[in-house]
Amino acid sequence: MSEYEIVDHEHDVVVVGAGGAGLRATLGMVSGGLKTACITKVFPTRSHTVAAQGGIGAALNNMGENDSWQFHMYDTVKGSDWLGDQDAIEYMCKEAIPSVTELENFGVPFSRTEDGEVYQRPFGGHTLDYGKKMARRACAAADRTGHAILHTLYQQCLKHQAEFFVEYIALDLLMDDNGKCVGVLALCMDDGKIHRFRGHQTVLATGGYGRVYFSCTSAHTCTGDGNAMVLRAGLPLQDMEFVQFHPTGVYGAGVLITEGSRGEGGYLTNSEGERFMERYAPTAKDLASRDVVSRSMTIEINEGRGVGPNKDHIFMHLEHIDPATLQMRLPGISETAKIFCGVDVTKEPIPVLPTVHYNMGGIPTNYHGEVVTRKGNDQDAVVSGLMAIGEAACVSVHGANRLGTNSLLDIVVFGRAAAQRALKTVEKGSAHVPLPKRITDKILARLDKIRYSNGDISVGEVRNSMQNAMQKHAAVFRSNTSMEEGVQKVDTISKSMDNIGIKDRSMIFNTDLVEALELENLMQQAIVTMKSADQRKESRGAHSHEDYPERDDKNWMKHTIMWLNEKNKTKLDYRDVHLNTLTNEVASIPPAARVY
Amino acid sequence: MAEFALPKHSKIVKGIDYPLNNEAENTKKINVYRWSPDDDENPRIDSYTIDLDQCGPMVLDALIKIKQEIDSSLTFRRSCREGICGSCSMNIDGTNTLACLKSIDDVKGDINIYPLPHMEVIKDLVPDLSKAYEQLTSVKPWLQSKSDPENGKSRKQSPKEREKIDGLWECVLCFSCSTSCPSYWWNGDKYLGPAVLLQAYRWIADSRDENTEQRLEELEDSFKLYRCHTIMNCTKTCPKGLNPAKAIGEIKKLQLERK
Repeated sequence: MSEYEIVDHEHDVVVVGAGGAGLRATLGMVSGGLKTACITKVFPTRSHTVAAQGGIGAALNNMGENDSWQFHMYDTVKGSDWLGDQDAIEYMCKEAIPSVTELENFGVPFSRTEDGEVYQRPFGGHTLDYGKKMARRACAAADRTGHAILHTLYQQCLKHQAEFFVEYIALDLLMDDNGKCVGVLALCMDDGKIHRFRGHQTVLATGGYGRVYFSCTSAHTCTGDGNAMVLRAGLPLQDMEFVQFHPTGVYGAGVLITEGSRGEGGYLTNSEGERFMERYAPTAKDLASRDVVSRSMTIEINEGRGVGPNKDHIFMHLEHIDPATLQMRLPGISETAKIFCGVDVTKEPIPVLPTVHYNMGGIPTNYHGEVVTRKGNDQDAVVSGLMAIGEAACVSVHGANRLGTNSLLDIVVFGRAAAQRALKTVEKGSAHVPLPKRITDKILARLDKIRYSNGDISVGEVRNSMQNAMQKHAAVFRSNTSMEEGVQKVDTISKSMDNIGIKDRSMIFNTDLVEALELENLMQQAIVTMKSADQRKESRGAHSHEDYPERDDKNWMKHTIMWLNEKNKTKLDYRDVHLNTLTNEVASIPPAARVY
Repeated sequence: MAEFALPKHSKIVKGIDYPLNNEAENTKKINVYRWSPDDDENPRIDSYTIDLDQCGPMVLDALIKIKQEIDSSLTFRRSCREGICGSCSMNIDGTNTLACLKSIDDVKGDINIYPLPHMEVIKDLVPDLSKAYEQLTSVKPWLQSKSDPENGKSRKQSPKEREKIDGLWECVLCFSCSTSCPSYWWNGDKYLGPAVLLQAYRWIADSRDENTEQRLEELEDSFKLYRCHTIMNCTKTCPKGLNPAKAIGEIKKLQLERK
């Protein structure tokens, strides 16, 4: 094995990732006096939170509609297709109000109402009075809400002099012999040195893994590094079969057009010019939940009513909206439509297609952000020293389908919760127990294997095969045959990882190496996603099974958890859905048919 | 007579030519600056000819295609590919911009790609931006307010007040503007440059911020602020259509009013 120079760091807490969740956690920890390291593979404001557009959900009730967190909770449980944990959802929707107000106080440049309050717009699946009419709940900064929040959180971290390690890629968790996480090993891209970060809590805020698919709204950096590290640490991932397709990715480019554009009055049409969502969701229409809209669009296309020369996409219209409103409320997507499809939104519709957007699944946690696993009959066994927040985590507040605006909310609420928890559980400045050398050596051996790989298949080639297989076999609609084939394909493709070769041998800013590491991370998640999907014999939320078109609460109202061993073999188990609420302030919402 | 020597690694040499092996009608030659810190070689220009019918429309698509299919050692930053993260800023066809927003068709003839000008190069198209980030921190780019908001409440801001920060807060920190500015090239150690001054003005213009006077005081410096000679390259080059030159002008106006 190569000799690496290892730089040691000791902190109270180590946060991996500097998107909204990682920064909110870092901010809370630093301002509370914990010595915190935030390590990130891209400069914080380049994290994918920056691309969130439409808004952050909170029942602030600024639009005078008698909104309440109880309505928000109902919508979220219904949106999750009753796979979300109701205690965590109650926590999120209630804490949404102080969390978003805090964001404003931090300086987020929210758009404003005439009264000077934070502006709120309608969004898919958000209703008043338990589904009776659409709510205006999405707190928005034009259509660049993620940018506004991410930059503000970074600014606040600067204010509190948070310690950042920028352009460091995390390699693996440091797990001691008792299964406790004691830190993380990372590679500094700038100089190629290995850094060993010790922390009493390690917080994974590493985001989703959208890049497992060929076409996604996710950034190139969304490779789910934290999820894969958890698998390699011998811990399970939860509900990985639930992958959200956003109804309006730009046809071809895959870039996102916010649901907020339908919130501001936009609508979808098929080749007959019909507003087909009225058929599928008579009340919410174009603002039904994302899984519902994506399915409806796919059906329209499959039945020959797609638009364009190949009848393979759908139109989204904004041209009936006043250009001044478009300029004020949707400037970002107006620009995106112009650049990526040459469309002037004031004159013509945008060609769109359901596009992979979000991973409801991830690292199972409780509502404090602590990672949990199943140990025998204990379904909620806390993994010592390890937390996960944001898209990487599966709390689960999104269940089988996430509502728009609830991801920005998730990152802020649970970033904040993780900080509060760490402040309670971590003793400031307490000593770190020495770590046996073999724990680091094992991780470096894996790094070396990839670094010196000289097989004849390129990273790009393997990545392409994997992405195409996932695109085809873990799609909007799935069937026994297609998923079984998908499992086989991904299995075969994953074996080709043994024959990859990289060209760049340098240790300085070696993106060839980083992409290979990311590919291994993606591949492990592809296996788990495909197999989790294949075993769920029902339709729920984003998992639409053609052979089992109905939701089956009797047999399947449970979280999938799946482990992956070193030979890429999976192990399956389940955890119960928490139907209980957190307090007596609200009653549990019993399962019901999901109609919009 | 004094002897002048160019700094080490200033001279760029011709590099490797990667022609297209198959017959394609719609091709483009992409010339890319390459430099690795690992050896003592001078920088070189490698040329890649690609089939445009098998490539996405943007320059970033071409770079990714090259990295994926021809030369995986080619090094550049990229992330969102939709112009919001600011990672892939570089000099394309003589202008600083984001590769993900720059259409290949917009460039006549070969496409020449260099890192952002006048920054230290880490490798290939990756500049060292750490100084620029430090300058950003130096203007204390966070809300400074003496009065706390009423407990549990948002601060109020009218749509008119809020409008004043439009065109400022949307900056993606790609530093295309600063690295296009001759003043910044010469005095980048002391002049803050358009990107950072735009951020400074973003807080001066925010009605919720109560530290305007102090902010202006700290900017009142012949280097930090007044090295702007209204050359306007910043505004011309901004891939997001923002106007840093105007923001700098507004700061200068406020300085005059203070006197």
